[in-house]
Amino acid sequence: MLLNIKYFGLIAELTHCNEEALEFSYTTIADLKEALIAKYPDLKAKDFQIAQNKEIVSNNATVSGDEIALLPPFSGG
Amino acid sequence: MSRYNRHIVLSDIGQQGQDKLSSAKVLVIGAGGLGCPVLQYLTAAGIGKLGIIDFDIVEESNLQRQVLFGTSSLGMNKAIAAKKRLEDLNQTISIDAFSEKLTTENALQLFKEYEIVVDGSDNFATRYLVNDAAILCNKPFVYGAIYKFEGQVSVFNFNKGPSYRCLFPNPPKEGSVANCLEVGVLGVLPGIIGTMMANEVIKIILGFEHVLSGKLLCYNSKTAEISTLKVNSNQSEFDKVLNNEILSDVYESETCETSIKDISEEELTTIKDIQFIDVREPHEQPKLAIKNCIEIPLGDLETNLQLLDSDKTKVAFCQSGIRSKKAVEILMKQGFNDTFNFNGGISHLIEALKQNIYE
Repeated sequence: MLLNIKYFGLIAELTHCNEEALEFSYTTIADLKEALIAKYPDLKAKDFQIAQNKEIVSNNATVSGDEIALLPPFSGG
Repeated sequence: MSRYNRHIVLSDIGQQGQDKLSSAKVLVIGAGGLGCPVLQYLTAAGIGKLGIIDFDIVEESNLQRQVLFGTSSLGMNKAIAAKKRLEDLNQTISIDAFSEKLTTENALQLFKEYEIVVDGSDNFATRYLVNDAAILCNKPFVYGAIYKFEGQVSVFNFNKGPSYRCLFPNPPKEGSVANCLEVGVLGVLPGIIGTMMANEVIKIILGFEHVLSGKLLCYNSKTAEISTLKVNSNQSEFDKVLNNEILSDVYESETCETSIKDISEEELTTIKDIQFIDVREPHEQPKLAIKNCIEIPLGDLETNLQLLDSDKTKVAFCQSGIRSKKAVEILMKQGFNDTFNFNGGISHLIEALKQNIYE
């Protein structure tokens, strides 16, 4: 399925884009994470959460939606 | 009272709502980029009792965004300087300034004195401490955080809603996410995010619906895009804190910092053979253009220990002294005891070398 993936904060700096469409054929969020790390190896060392269709989801959730977001924590104040 | 007339004439607030604001007690952690606008609007709104805790000093580089301060505040403690400015804005409210660091020792006592906590801190250790103390004291806290051109806002621990740990269960490794000091931040961004945080505080006090609980608002100042994402509660994240495992973890990371030895500009003169270690990323400027300086980004330090000269005293530096502190911690764990942190960052180091303090 075609996923629209949004990147935030330092993740967007690492992928060099705020958003992109990716074809993805696996089932879980953990698989998706692995596929993204294969595409962007530097992601491996980063902390981030994944949102699917505007809801934060865990690694074992099923990829069902077309909109994914990668959110790193920010510490600045 | 004419001061609050524009609130009182709003049918959703009225005198009754204004009275709620006047009897509310709010504690603001950090009087920096986020804390300043939060404090400014809460003071103007007539929040009855405000607490401000910040151990830091006003520096010139803060004035680009920390709007409560002026040149006359330079060198002053931020909590005290903020109180001074805010008392001029509204002398009818009570403001307590605490010029100290929020720690596991003072957090619970302090939180108990207030009804709502606002997290405007600038580091993960404090953010997790605020979360955990808020859970233990059963107080809602309004969260805001910024990175360069982007910000996040949410309300945690409110009416059984999620906590910060439900969103980000584990603190990132210290130094893996740089703060404003190190990477820069658009000046108006904390103004926008801080104002949204003040708005959430006021909504909670007035009992409005649609408090930003269970949601994370993400704002991008470059694209003017806002994404609001749903965050679910995870009871096990609360249990971690309620079983009191977590506060002790954060405390431990704080206590091990005390073993890090800082070196002053003057002390640099007393040491003969120094090897400087620049632990910043390769693109960061300015460089320290001297022979006895090696560049190893913090993340690569542990795998490049062979580059260190064991006969020399090692002095680590970065943009501001935060990553270099982490570097010293790593090196000391690896047995390099003759290692110091230059706390002032590259600009002070260059200045010190220019003045020939160090030959």
